[in-house]
Amino acid sequence: MELTVGPNLFFWSAAQVRDLYDSLVSAPVQRVVLGEVVCSKRMSFWTDQIPPAIEKLQAGGKSVALSTLALITLKRERKMVGDLLEMGLPIEVADIAALRLIPEGTELWISPLVNVYNEGTLRWMAKRGATRICLPPEMPVESIATLARAGAEEGVAIEVWGHGRLPLAISGRCYHARLHDRAKDNCQFVCGEDLDGREVDTLDGQPFLAVNGVQTLSASTACMAHQIEALREAGVQALRLSPQTGHFADLCQGYADRIAGRISGDELVAQLLPEAPGGRFSDGFLHGEAGAEWSGRTAAE
Amino acid sequence: MMELVCPAGTPAALRAAVEAGAHSVYCGFSDETNARNFPGLNFSTEELTEAVAGAHKRGAKVLVALNTFPRAGGEKLWHQRLADAEAAGADAVILADVGLLDYAATHHPRLRRHLSVQAAAANPDAINFYAETFDVKRVVLPRVLTVQEIAEINKEIDAETEVFVFGGLCVMAEGRCSLSSYATGKSPNMNGVCSPASHVAYAEEGNELAARLGGFTINRTPKDRPAPYPTLCKGCFTSENQTGHVFEDPVSLDARHLIPALAKAGVTALKIEGRQRSRAYVAEVVRTFRAAVEAVEEGRPMPEGALARLAEGQAGTAGAYAKTWR
Repeated sequence: MELTVGPNLFFWSAAQVRDLYDSLVSAPVQRVVLGEVVCSKRMSFWTDQIPPAIEKLQAGGKSVALSTLALITLKRERKMVGDLLEMGLPIEVADIAALRLIPEGTELWISPLVNVYNEGTLRWMAKRGATRICLPPEMPVESIATLARAGAEEGVAIEVWGHGRLPLAISGRCYHARLHDRAKDNCQFVCGEDLDGREVDTLDGQPFLAVNGVQTLSASTACMAHQIEALREAGVQALRLSPQTGHFADLCQGYADRIAGRISGDELVAQLLPEAPGGRFSDGFLHGEAGAEWSGRTAAE
Repeated sequence: MMELVCPAGTPAALRAAVEAGAHSVYCGFSDETNARNFPGLNFSTEELTEAVAGAHKRGAKVLVALNTFPRAGGEKLWHQRLADAEAAGADAVILADVGLLDYAATHHPRLRRHLSVQAAAANPDAINFYAETFDVKRVVLPRVLTVQEIAEINKEIDAETEVFVFGGLCVMAEGRCSLSSYATGKSPNMNGVCSPASHVAYAEEGNELAARLGGFTINRTPKDRPAPYPTLCKGCFTSENQTGHVFEDPVSLDARHLIPALAKAGVTALKIEGRQRSRAYVAEVVRTFRAAVEAVEEGRPMPEGALARLAEGQAGTAGAYAKTWR
């Protein structure tokens, strides 16, 4: 099983972005997806880091793809897809609208934010040029296994959400701006204050969700530490690790160790929990339960 | 005249909608193939066949929603439902999934295809993609666009547009939201349900009624006040030092006064949400909107009506159409 580092979903400074990708050059991951997914307004602050990061990551032996935005609405956002194409790399499609802007023959990776729930859609995507599909995080393991079989027939690698706060929803409205009583067009980039998202609790103080600009994530951090065998059995070829603050390259190393059998699931959980945003893990989607549930014992509490 | 597309959760509601002036009604089968998969709701194939015949007799169309995302390994059910809809004489099917659109275009080419709001096609590229690839004739637009944006989109696309004008309001991009399954394991995309009643629990605690979904508290309401249904994204939450409706105020869409502007923006059809609503509710809303579109057509002023009390007991809003949050 391989490791893919997903695009950083949060608004980090250029220096933080540079440090992240520098740290991944020698990390045990096979591929890295770069690009702004959540909000085009953030891009001018950090995307100049992308070309040097690509160069270094490729020199370090990683495959690299560039992601589109998850919700393309404005004219200039539509034009940005053309800018991505100029780089000549595979494109990770995070909004189906991008398909109209990407010429046939381009290698496509399909983001977990695009709905691929069944074999019919998978086959259509394969014909359109998809070589990898990261499935929606809410998908149960039986469905994953079915799609991994279809993927094997079509030459499409199947990837699942491995670690990180779960991307649960995307909206036209910016919740970060709303929490600061600002309009979206005058947000003053407040999402940059919360490097792993801003937590939202229930009125009873239960940690529940986290907002990241126009995106809503889980408060818990999804963690597949206990699910490696089940996912391998299902035919999953790669785990997606979603960037978070802290020692992210160490997190990648931890998953590589777990996959290689050098450490146990419990050991990986113990290693990762101290730096997990929200301080709790979840893996409930995999077994058809509420996504917030966690298969581990006390470690999540 | 703009086409009025009305909800029918049951054969009785369908008849009521047609009698009240619906040009079209939309409905679904009693299973997970549609996004209102609630107990006691929807149609068997026999009921649909009868309903279509009845509606056609009165000059109304029937649109069948097959707008969930077929389950891996279970696509046959959705394929069967496409055949059932065509056999029943449905005027169109409303689809969201790429695989199902592809199958429908290939195997049921003469069955007219509409794109469900669950596909959340919110820009000309997405719409043209579906129109060109799967010969989609009409797109139901997500509830995140302003009238101005809708007008701009209509200039760039080769498909009809249908917009919501009344009822519940999704603020997340439709079909791209797993909030419900995060809390309950049941999602709109996979199961056709959002914030399902099977996972709701109420508890009296002191002077308050707590409403929980999958164990997460969504609302606390003073006992003497009506408690809203705990729809996840409309709940009251706390973030740092702020407490309130973080995602969405509990308002309900009422865009009646924007009908002239929507007509000018090139919109073909106006949609009323609420397949889960009663026959009486549907009849009253449809009657009011039919009077409104007739008035617009004839250049008369909009008739005033009292729909506010039907709007989930909440204030009405023109929603994103008159955007205040951008």
